[in-house]
Amino acid sequence: MVYQDIGQHISHQYDEDLESLRSKVLNMGGMVEKQVQNALLALTRADSSLAEDVATSDYRINAMEVAIDEECTQVIARRQPAASDLRLVVTVIKCITDLERIGDEAEKIGRHAVELAAIERTPTYFLEIKHLGDQVCKMLHDSLDALARMDVDNAFVIAQGDRAINDEYDALTRQLITYMMEDPRTIKRSLRVMWCARSLERIGDHAKNICEYVIYTVAGKDIRHTSFDQVKAELGNSDNK
Amino acid sequence: MTMAAPQISQDVLLNRASLELEKEQTCFECKRFGLYYGNSQALREIDMVVPEKRVTAFIGPSGCGKSTLLRCMNRMNDLIDIVRLEGEMLLHGKDINSKSVNVAELRRKVGMVFQKPNPFPKTVYENVAYGLRLQGVNKKRILDERVEWALHGAALWDEVKDRLQDNAMGLSGGQQQRLVIARAIAIQPEVILLDEPASALDPISTLKIEELIIQLKKDYTVVIVTHNMQQAARVSDYTAFLYLGELIEFGATDQLFTNPAQKQTEDYITGRYG
Repeated sequence: MVYQDIGQHISHQYDEDLESLRSKVLNMGGMVEKQVQNALLALTRADSSLAEDVATSDYRINAMEVAIDEECTQVIARRQPAASDLRLVVTVIKCITDLERIGDEAEKIGRHAVELAAIERTPTYFLEIKHLGDQVCKMLHDSLDALARMDVDNAFVIAQGDRAINDEYDALTRQLITYMMEDPRTIKRSLRVMWCARSLERIGDHAKNICEYVIYTVAGKDIRHTSFDQVKAELGNSDNK
Repeated sequence: MTMAAPQISQDVLLNRASLELEKEQTCFECKRFGLYYGNSQALREIDMVVPEKRVTAFIGPSGCGKSTLLRCMNRMNDLIDIVRLEGEMLLHGKDINSKSVNVAELRRKVGMVFQKPNPFPKTVYENVAYGLRLQGVNKKRILDERVEWALHGAALWDEVKDRLQDNAMGLSGGQQQRLVIARAIAIQPEVILLDEPASALDPISTLKIEELIIQLKKDYTVVIVTHNMQQAARVSDYTAFLYLGELIEFGATDQLFTNPAQKQTEDYITGRYG
């Protein structure tokens, strides 16, 4: 499936407006991805200064969201985009909301990491959460990559990865419950780890949303809240486009 | 976590009627319709259906044949000697180009409004009453009723009710255009053809005409040619995109402006054409 290039409008300025939107979203995506990686690093290495840093630098992502939102409003007001251009602008507006929420989740992980670093280290928890974290980081990275390339086929594959993350999260929850039952003194710490895992699982959901927006932008199909089999059938139908 | 959720149709959710061409009543139908100006072919093999009591918009670049196609719907092209037609143009199943069709009768059923408002240099009242008088209606009571009704229908009554005996040339451009629409609906046609009805008007008058078009579709089939794509998107239920005399895409406006099926349509409506 081929995505219509942003360029080639009669109005050159319009090309530039849309390109600017797209690059700003990717830029924001990069910032968010870095935040998540740092949050995870701070957590698993019990690095309280890095954790502090993550917990206090979310404001930049928030500011970016507001700025891109404003730019989208301007494009809509001035250009009245249609068809693929319209879908792109709608996608940008939705993506930045998800990216901002991912930023919030990273901030939460940062805050818990500050607290956890102060408590004595028990690396076993972190090994588990590192696995989940790596999975989520990869999914986020891939979905941003699909967004940059407007790659529908990959977006569809990546979106399905959310299942594995949910399973991993469930497994981790069960494990933490076992720890807590075995030794109630770990409850406080286990709960914090649990909140971090919960945040990571949410990041997976947001990454999945981004993949869905990619499919919407390129194929014009809204696949939210439909089963993967249905999506596959729908995408198959529009392949002849 | 991914349980199969029950599906609910968006139309049900948003409480709107879904538009499907297959379910519409047919008003006009073009069957392999073509038109030549001398040797040059202006329309080629147009196959489409204009649904009844809906607004259908024709869009496309200059010279693509959209006005030509519109003018064929009440045989305006009869007046041009070098025009030659092929295929069929059916109105409620009857070919309007067949010899048995009375052109005056056809044009009574299919009214037309042009780009530039063209009121007669008469009073506001006489402009609207003109078509009725031609039909032989002479009773003042009936004329009064129909003039008021038509002016109400064209959303002009409140502005001209105290000026009915003034010359129509004294009205503003937007008022003149609505007067012409009133004149067209006074004789109660079935179809109203609008050839760029708002292109010479200011934005507020344009909005009034657009509002009027949406009102008109309750009682009439409306076909509109417009260069303004946002206007087509705002007022029409169905849109046809023509290019170089061919019908490239025809479908529900909702679909055509958000996710067109053809690349040429996409290029045109996003401003990439040229």
